[in-house]
Amino acid sequence: MDIAVIVQILDSTLRLSTPLLFACLAGLISERAGIFDIGLEGKMLIAAFTAAAIAFVSGNVWIGVAAAIFASVALSLVHGLASITFRGNQLISGVAINFLAAGITVVIAQNWFRQGGRTPSLSGDARMPRLTLPFADALRDVPVIGPLYSGILSGHALLVYVAFLCVPLTWYMLFRTRFGLRLRAVGENPAAVDTSGVSVTTLRYAAVVICGVLCGLAGAYLSTGLSAGFVKDMTAGRGFIALAAMIFAKWRPWPALWAVLLFGLLEAVANRFQNIEILGLTLPVQAMQALPYILTVVILAGFVGKAIPPRAGGQAYVKEH
Amino acid sequence: MSAPTKLPHWADVVLVPLASVALAFLCSAVLIWAIGEDPWAAVKLMVDGAFGSSYGWGYTLYYATNFIFTGLAVAVAFQARLFNIGGEGQAAMAGLGVALVCLYIPWPHWSLALIGASLGAALFGAAWALIPAYLQAKRGSHIVITTIMFNFIAASVLGYFLVNVLRPQGSMDPASARFPAEIRLPRLHEMLEPFGIPFSTSTPVNIALFLAIGMCFAVWFMLWRTRLGYQIRTFGESEPAAQYAGISPVKITIFTMLISGGLAGLMAVNSVMGEQQRLVMNAVEGAGFIGIAVALMGRNHPFGVFLAAILFGFLYQGGAELALWTGIPRELIVVIQALVILFTGALDNMVRMPLTRLFALRRAR
Repeated sequence: MDIAVIVQILDSTLRLSTPLLFACLAGLISERAGIFDIGLEGKMLIAAFTAAAIAFVSGNVWIGVAAAIFASVALSLVHGLASITFRGNQLISGVAINFLAAGITVVIAQNWFRQGGRTPSLSGDARMPRLTLPFADALRDVPVIGPLYSGILSGHALLVYVAFLCVPLTWYMLFRTRFGLRLRAVGENPAAVDTSGVSVTTLRYAAVVICGVLCGLAGAYLSTGLSAGFVKDMTAGRGFIALAAMIFAKWRPWPALWAVLLFGLLEAVANRFQNIEILGLTLPVQAMQALPYILTVVILAGFVGKAIPPRAGGQAYVKEH
Repeated sequence: MSAPTKLPHWADVVLVPLASVALAFLCSAVLIWAIGEDPWAAVKLMVDGAFGSSYGWGYTLYYATNFIFTGLAVAVAFQARLFNIGGEGQAAMAGLGVALVCLYIPWPHWSLALIGASLGAALFGAAWALIPAYLQAKRGSHIVITTIMFNFIAASVLGYFLVNVLRPQGSMDPASARFPAEIRLPRLHEMLEPFGIPFSTSTPVNIALFLAIGMCFAVWFMLWRTRLGYQIRTFGESEPAAQYAGISPVKITIFTMLISGGLAGLMAVNSVMGEQQRLVMNAVEGAGFIGIAVALMGRNHPFGVFLAAILFGFLYQGGAELALWTGIPRELIVVIQALVILFTGALDNMVRMPLTRLFALRRAR
C-alpha cells in the first residue's frame, strides 16, 4: 500500500463518518434524555430524499437541507407523540418510523420523478460544494503536512466540518450547561426532575427535536454531499451503525467520535478492497461489513467494559398525582 | 387520563385493533389521494387482485404462510415481553439451514425432505436467536439491539456462504444450485386435484401452508395448555412474580427465544424450499419485520396472528397488482405496514383512550 492509497482511504473515512457522526450524536442526545430511538435510519432516509428532491427542484442545496431538517423533525415529533405523550413503546415506534420512511420516500419519489423511486442526479448548486481549507493548495507538496492537511482534511463539504464541530458542542451542551444537566437527569431519574419543577415532557420533546435536526443533517449530507441524488433505501443500515457506535461509545460524545471514525474506516476499507490478506489469512469483505455489528454485540455483552444505558431509557414518564 | 375504567374484553380484542387498522388504512388512502390516484379504485384493484381469482388467492396464501411463521415468532416472544426484532436474520439463517439440508442430503422422497428441512430451518433459526437470548438473560444486553445487530450479521454470513461456498462453479449469480426435483414440495393445486377442485397452477402456495396452520395450533397449545406456556405468560406479566413463583428468568428467556427463532426459521421452508427451490440473497424480503405488524395486530394470539397474516398476504398480493396496473409502487404496502405498527403498537393509547371514555360514558348512563 502506498501513501496515495492511505490518503484516499482516510479521506473517504472522513466523508463516510459524517452521516454516522450526525446520527450517532442524534441518538445519543435522545437516549440521554430517556427516549430510545431506533428510528435514526428512517429519519435519515426521509431527510436524504427531501434534501435531494427539494435541492433538485429549487436548484439550491441549502433549501434542500432546510427541507430535510423539517421532514426529519416531523418524524421525530411522531416519535415524540407516541413515546412521550401517549406513552407507547418507543422501540415499536422506532420500527414504525423506519418503515414509514422506507415506504413513503419511494412512493413519493416514484410519483414525483418517475425514475423508479430515485431523484434525478444533482449537479451544480444543487450539490453540496466542497470547501478548500486556507493554504491547502500552498501546502500540498510539503511532506507529511501536505497529504495530511491538503489531502485528507481539506476538500470536504461544509457539513463534514459541522459534524465534527458538533462533538465538542454536544459535549459542552450535555456536561456544561443547565439544559444538558436537566436533559441527562431526565434520562436517569425523571421523577426527580419533575419534583424540582421542570417539565419532563418539554425536556424530552426538546431532545427529540434536536435528534431530528441532526438526523436531518445526516440524511441531507448523504444525498447531496456524499452522493448526488437519492436512491431507494440509500441509508443502507447507517442508522443502525450509528446506533451501534453510540452503544460502543457508551453514550458519550468524544468516544462517539472515535467509534464513528472506526466504523467509517471499516466502510472505506471495505469499499476499496474486496478481500484483505492479514498474516496469510484472507478476510472476506463480508467480515468487514459485519465487524461494526459484531463489535457492538461484544461491547453490549460486557466482555470489554460494560455499556450501561441511561437508567430511565425507554420508559414513559407517568406524572404522579 | 389514566382513568381506571377498563374496556370490555371484546372491545379490547376486536375493537381496538380494528380501529387501529382503520386509522392506518385511512392515512394510506390520504397518501394515495395525495399522489393523485383514486383510493377507492385502488382498494377495488387490490381486492380483485388478491381474492378475485385462484391465482390471486394462491399468492395471498403464499405470502400469508410466511407471515404466519414470522408473526407467531414475534407473538411468542411478546408473550414473555421480549421484543424479537431479529426474525429477519433468523429466517435468513434458516434459509441457509434449508439449503444445506436439501443440497447435501440425498432425500428419497419430498415428505422426508420436508421433515429434514423443517428441522434444519428451526434449528438454524433457533440457533441465531440463542446468542441474543443468552446475552439478554445472562449479561443484561438489550435483546432489541442485539437482535438488530444479528440481522445485519446474518446478511453478511449469508452473503459469504452464497458467494464463496454454495455458488455453483461458473455461476456469477450469488445463489445456491437448484434443489433436486424429487424434493419439490407439493403445491396447493396438486393437493386439490384429487378432490376435483381446480386451482391456479402457477402460484407458489404449497404444503407449508398447512405446516403454518399446524404451528398456530401448536403455539396456542404450548402457550395455554402447557407448563412452559404458563411460565412464559407469567414471566411476561410480571418478572418479579415469576421469580417469586420459582420460574427461572434465564430459562424462560432462552426457551422463549429458541421457540421464537425456530418459528421465524420455519418460514424458510415455505419460501426457500417451497417457492425459490434454491437459496438466493435476501430470500426473506422483509417478512421477518412484517411479523412485528402481524403479531401486534393479532394481539399476540395465534388466531389473531392467522387473521392478520391473511390480511398482510392480501396487502402484499394486492399491492403487487396495484404496482402492475397503476402508478402506485409496491412500497405503498411498506407504508401501510408502518402505519399498522404505529397505530397498533406505539400509538395504542391514542386509539384506546377515546374508546375507553366512550365506554365509561355509556356505562354512566
